[in-house]
Amino acid sequence: MALTHDEVREILDIIDSSAPGEIQVRTEGFSLHVVIGDGVRSTAAPEVPVPTVADAGPTPPTDRLETIESPMLGTFYRAESPGADPFVDVGSVVEPDTVVCIIEVMKMMNSVTAGVAGRVAEVVPENGQLVEFGEPLLRVEPA
Amino acid sequence: MNRVFIANRGEIAVRIVRACRAAGLECVVGVSDVDRDGMAARLADRSVCIGPAAASASYLRDDLVVQAALGTGCDAVHPGYGFLAESVALASRCAEHDLVFVGPPPSVIALTGDKLAARAQAEAAGLPVLPGRAVGSAEEAAAVAGGIGYPVLLKAAGGGGGRGIKRVGEPGALPELFALARAEAGAAFGDDRVYVERFIPAARHIEVQVAGDTSGAVVHLGERDCSVQRRYQKIVEEAPAPGLSDAARSAIREAAVRLAGALGYRNLGTVEFVMDMDTEEFFFLEVNCRIQVEHPVTEAVTGRDLVTLQLRIADGDPLGFTQGDVLLSGHAVECRLCAEDPAQDFRPSPGRLSTFSVGTVPGLRVDTHCEPGATIPPYYDSLMAKLIGHGEDRTQALDVVCEGLEKLEVSGVSTNRELLLDVVTHPDLRAGMVATDWLRSALV
Repeated sequence: MALTHDEVREILDIIDSSAPGEIQVRTEGFSLHVVIGDGVRSTAAPEVPVPTVADAGPTPPTDRLETIESPMLGTFYRAESPGADPFVDVGSVVEPDTVVCIIEVMKMMNSVTAGVAGRVAEVVPENGQLVEFGEPLLRVEPA
Repeated sequence: MNRVFIANRGEIAVRIVRACRAAGLECVVGVSDVDRDGMAARLADRSVCIGPAAASASYLRDDLVVQAALGTGCDAVHPGYGFLAESVALASRCAEHDLVFVGPPPSVIALTGDKLAARAQAEAAGLPVLPGRAVGSAEEAAAVAGGIGYPVLLKAAGGGGGRGIKRVGEPGALPELFALARAEAGAAFGDDRVYVERFIPAARHIEVQVAGDTSGAVVHLGERDCSVQRRYQKIVEEAPAPGLSDAARSAIREAAVRLAGALGYRNLGTVEFVMDMDTEEFFFLEVNCRIQVEHPVTEAVTGRDLVTLQLRIADGDPLGFTQGDVLLSGHAVECRLCAEDPAQDFRPSPGRLSTFSVGTVPGLRVDTHCEPGATIPPYYDSLMAKLIGHGEDRTQALDVVCEGLEKLEVSGVSTNRELLLDVVTHPDLRAGMVATDWLRSALV
């Protein structure tokens, strides 16, 4: 259950305006425990765990999957050239230095490596799609 | 032109979103990782994350900007101010990919970016330039400076905007400062050419807003006085310039239009001058090929939306008005509210805003990206908001900004509000014009 931007802000406001003590926030599929004052966490540097896309993925044991995020904005390509076999597919076994895709920025082809050893569980973007910096590219089940 | 890519952040990105709305255009804003939740991203039709927080890996990457613009179906790029606003590389890359660059042609940006070339062009167009010239050695600099008389300024050809300037008070200091200026210019701008110019002790900074269209028509939209500066950076600006004689006012405006015409200037730009307070003699400084931070004071007195005008000119529309249609009404003053800590020598004060609210004051306009809960990240400049007061006369305009500053509620970061209040209530400023070194001697 993803929180909206406004809900996250509302929670932060509650925390900000609270006296030292403990706060429990619980909604469907999300709970948050904050200790204010002599606790470990300081409210001045809030590190509220906001559910990310990875947490809401369709595969049930998502907490075991590693997400490979795009290191840059660009066009996502699954293969070296049009018509060639994709670098990896669901089920492929990868090593940290295995090239998994290409991100093109103004005709510059940038190879992206897995950075982790395991088995590819999902390829997220469509071939040829614009991906943003930090967007999930692949999910890998670590070996 | 249907969809505009906004290659900037902060208040100017929000300002461009609003101009796109006014012009009936869609817009996409390119944000860095830390600006994903910002006001511009929320107000735009779409936002894309172009890179990490560091500007060198996001807002300063012309390749990423063009890739993102093409990938999101945009047909134009608005660079705002700062970052890539005067980047020949971005303007050229846009042209290569059939994207409209909202600004002058790359050749004009290249010429005006070279301060020596711009100076030569101004001189050729008959504008007064400060006595001086390019110098290749300390000996040559000494000869030129001796001819002009001390103090002189050493300036970097690749500088501008108050950067790369050294003041030389007497001949003995010249050799060392020349070597330093040259080394710094090479390191900062990749261009170690340096020139010597006469220094005017009691100087005002006056700039003229110009606009040109593709047919070659050029008009001015009046001048601004930006003499209230801290370390060569403007903090309070106003339009029109107070206390100018009619002769000086029309001469400076006419000079700006003449230069813009000679340059084949297109879109909006600013011609900057330094004026001797005592004699009203003025000299060309530089041309800025972008919308400027202080454009709202001109908007207030002309009643024209300059950012929408930029978009229309870029799209090939004619200006749609003549010089005679430009009528100025009243007076406007702008203050730049920055996240700075006065107790720490105005060091930037990033943080999260727990409170940010602007009171309602008749005649006050506030351009900002700030709101409660917003973060002022440490990676970029510290401008939080611009408070613009418009009134029938200068006193009224100053009173409006003053009331705006008093009603402003900010917590979570330190700001320069008290300094701004001191400026807009100060008897010297209230009395009329001040020189660019006034703030240092009067307040700080």
